[in-house]
Amino acid sequence: MSDEKKTGCYICKGCGIGERLNTSQMATIAEREARANIVREHDFLCSAEGVAMIQNDIDNEGVNHIAIVACSRRAKTEAFNFDGVAISRGNIREGVIWVRPDTDEAQETTQEMAEDYTRMAVFEVNAMNVPKPSGEAEGQTNILIVGGGLSGMTAAIEASKAGYKCTIVEKSGALGGHAAQAWKRIPQHAPYKDPEDTGIDEMIAAIEADPNIEVCLNSRVTRTSGAPGRFSADISTESGDTKTENFGAIIQASGYTDHDVSHIDKLGYGNADVITQAELEALAREANGGPIKRPSDGKEVANVVFIQCAGQRSDEEGHLPYCSGHCCLTSIKQAMYFKDQNPDIDTTILYDDLRTPGAGGEDFYRSGQDKQVIFTKGAVNQISSSGNGAKVNFKDRILDEDVEIEADLVVLATGMVPNSGVNIDEVPQDEPGQFEVSVDSILNLTYRQGKDVPQLKYGFSDSHFICFPYETRRTGIYTAGPVRRPMDDQQAIEDATGAALKAIQAAENAQLGRAAHPRSGDLSYPSFRREGCTQCKRCTVECPFGAIDEDEERYPKFNEGRCRRCGTCMGACPVRVISFENYSVDTIGQQIKNIDIPDEFDEKPRILVLACENDAYPALDMAGMAGVEYSAFARVIPVRCLGSTNLIWVTDALNSGYDGCVLMGCQKGENYQCHFVKGSEMAHYRMSKVDDTLQSLSLEPERVATYEVAITDIERAPQLINDMAETIERIGMSPFKF
Amino acid sequence: MSNMNTAMIEKYRNNFLKEVEANVEEGEWVKMCMQCGVCSGSCPLGPYWDHPPQEIFMMIRAGKREEVLSSSSMWMCTSCYNCIARCPRGLPITHIMHGLAHYADRLGLAPKEQPTRKFAKHFWDNLTKKGRVNELKLGLKLYFMNGFGEGIKTAMKMKDVGLGMWKSKRLSIGELWGGHSIKDTKGLHAILNKAREIEEAKAKKFEG
Ligand code: SF4
Ligand code: SF4
Ligand code: SF4
Repeated sequence: MSDEKKTGCYICKGCGIGERLNTSQMATIAEREARANIVREHDFLCSAEGVAMIQNDIDNEGVNHIAIVACSRRAKTEAFNFDGVAISRGNIREGVIWVRPDTDEAQETTQEMAEDYTRMAVFEVNAMNVPKPSGEAEGQTNILIVGGGLSGMTAAIEASKAGYKCTIVEKSGALGGHAAQAWKRIPQHAPYKDPEDTGIDEMIAAIEADPNIEVCLNSRVTRTSGAPGRFSADISTESGDTKTENFGAIIQASGYTDHDVSHIDKLGYGNADVITQAELEALAREANGGPIKRPSDGKEVANVVFIQCAGQRSDEEGHLPYCSGHCCLTSIKQAMYFKDQNPDIDTTILYDDLRTPGAGGEDFYRSGQDKQVIFTKGAVNQISSSGNGAKVNFKDRILDEDVEIEADLVVLATGMVPNSGVNIDEVPQDEPGQFEVSVDSILNLTYRQGKDVPQLKYGFSDSHFICFPYETRRTGIYTAGPVRRPMDDQQAIEDATGAALKAIQAAENAQLGRAAHPRSGDLSYPSFRREGCTQCKRCTVECPFGAIDEDEERYPKFNEGRCRRCGTCMGACPVRVISFENYSVDTIGQQIKNIDIPDEFDEKPRILVLACENDAYPALDMAGMAGVEYSAFARVIPVRCLGSTNLIWVTDALNSGYDGCVLMGCQKGENYQCHFVKGSEMAHYRMSKVDDTLQSLSLEPERVATYEVAITDIERAPQLINDMAETIERIGMSPFKF
Repeated sequence: MSNMNTAMIEKYRNNFLKEVEANVEEGEWVKMCMQCGVCSGSCPLGPYWDHPPQEIFMMIRAGKREEVLSSSSMWMCTSCYNCIARCPRGLPITHIMHGLAHYADRLGLAPKEQPTRKFAKHFWDNLTKKGRVNELKLGLKLYFMNGFGEGIKTAMKMKDVGLGMWKSKRLSIGELWGGHSIKDTKGLHAILNKAREIEEAKAKKFEG
């Protein structure tokens, strides 16, 4: 195939398009104005015959740029999937005929819409190049697992079962982590009635016998660099020996630390007979099925009280604000250690809200009740020593009275604190070329953005918890287990299994130079024009995924494998030197520029709508399917992420006579829905500065509106467009029309 | 305090939950309550009880023996079955209420002046005499349960209902003397005596 650009434009007349629109008029525009080399209309373009027509042009006419003017780019993706060519889609079905009434009055403006989308499709594809893998891709598929607890061991076993080699780096001298310290575990199988053996010994044995799994004990990761498929990690032992190995992907299963409650006076921790859940596990192991003895004097415990949410789920100083998720079930399990050994031992669980998640949670709770564990709803006032065990003074929340009970032993459910390393929002990375190992860091990433994966809240690692929970904001690095969110054993096992599969997928994708979620399979990647770069670092800072480092000369250094192809860097770049082959400032700019702008007296305003392709654009498509109408003056352009919006698009649009701009991204902030985590937030931030531009043009600030739109906003998204149409009617047309 | 009561205190010490499990009809369900409060919220009389069902269950678990057994609450239950229909844990709450009331009565701890309890006694006496309820006598007993003056007042208030029943032959003055009965009253009494014997033998065991 020659490198010469040859553009074909294919206009579909099916799905009622032919009845509603004058397609031959559109064809003329494609040919005369947009200068497509070949223009064809077809009655049913996605049929085998229609597709063959296009394929024939590719094979025999040398067409390598294809503008398909038919349905939305979200429809018929399989039919219109041609290899080795650049493709654009003009959306005249969902975006035109389905959102406009079929009336004589509406006919003229509807036709104008369709003609514009034809122009846009051809000019867009002309500005594109055919994406090719960069050649950066490399061939490592073995997996580094940091942390040898239940999550890390599970990930290793699962990855090995799938045929992948892995290396576990464990900082202590043994595998097993917290789970290995437990006497029994919460049951994971029906009928969920009794505590089960932990199964940890079997797991350790399996790992030791597995030639696919290498274990490095007493070791830490002291440096990690590279990208998926070509990570390089330094593994250092306590004694200071360091070896460097290469990996395809990384799983961080660094687990949790027990929350220290010694500073919370009312919990009375520090009295010999007031202990944590973890300490009770040790006592139970010691008792080995016999009577459990209290620590102060070794008396057999006849009466034990469990305190739920001890130092948790409260805004009080020194408390964890969140629920650790496992402790209610753990206390039920531990109460059974006593009841199963001797049913006459009094066991009381003092809770505020009892939470027993998971398939077997409720059954296990009932089993506890059945064994006569007493559940009392109340809040601790004070726990203190009674001289003979401990006494618990609490408010009974059902009977509404203060009560004091004596116990041989009090067990506190103190909760989990994630081992997430350094918080990169607070601890900046060393300057390029001056990397120092941090003992607090888990991964010691050399990335410009910081040494560990970014955190979202309370120290837990950030991940898109609804759509792709294992993805961190560092591509190819997956967190699993309680470092991601509080969880119990069974959830950690599921989590680690999922992370192992994602890690394998990332390593394999990297071999082929393909993007990870959410643009999985995408071969395009950002490149930048070095001569134009001013070294402002905006791309490095704004990239939500830390894909961009700095080279020795302080120019951005893109790591294709770490990139998710969101385009946030492209939107951030003030001198517009960043682009993708098939998505660039120009591919959108050309569309904006080539829309027909009628003059002021025509009373036909133009509204530019930049809609996120993940949520807002599908919402508008669905509005079309549902027959919700919106203004014929809107021209909608999908963007990869609102974060890829470069201010120049908005400025250019306003300068060339558009009357208003509507920007639609996903929800941002703590409960973000943005598929690229920070993209929408960045766009909103950038647009908050658009007022200056508007002022310098003497335009009203209402002409630009930025919204958070969800995929379910089928009524609202069209309404936002109509609102802008109304605003324009109120404030008048733009004075910039030529 | 009855002998049986003393025996029970001795036997269960401070484990009232176990005592309830062993002696109260459906008592083994009490521990399964998860304190959601649906029963209390569903009970049409709940607002008038000292301790609605959820609270009673918590009190049992907290070992509040005296307070539970001498409470008037369980006696307020009208057997509407709302709570049973709604309890997510499937507790037979209505039956537990009656079981508790009955157990309290056996122990001699039930509140003597509780009207439901008093009426229940009158009803039982009335019914067991002839094997048929004597409406007239039962009505009068009920009206005069709280003294002569009250009785006259209530009777006056209800006189239209009474006249109506009389006119439609649902009530006969003749009932005052003897009244209707089943064929074999003797047989009925023998059955009841035997049942009482069995009950008492059971209770005896605890008095030991
Ligand atoms: S901002 Fe997005 S497109 Fe740019 S380098 Fe980062 S991940 Fe890739
Ligand atoms: S509805 Fe059932 S579970 Fe809920 S408080 Fe009442 S008895 Fe307990
Ligand atoms: S059956 Fe008794 S306790 Fe239950 S709702 Fe009805 S009156 Fe209340």
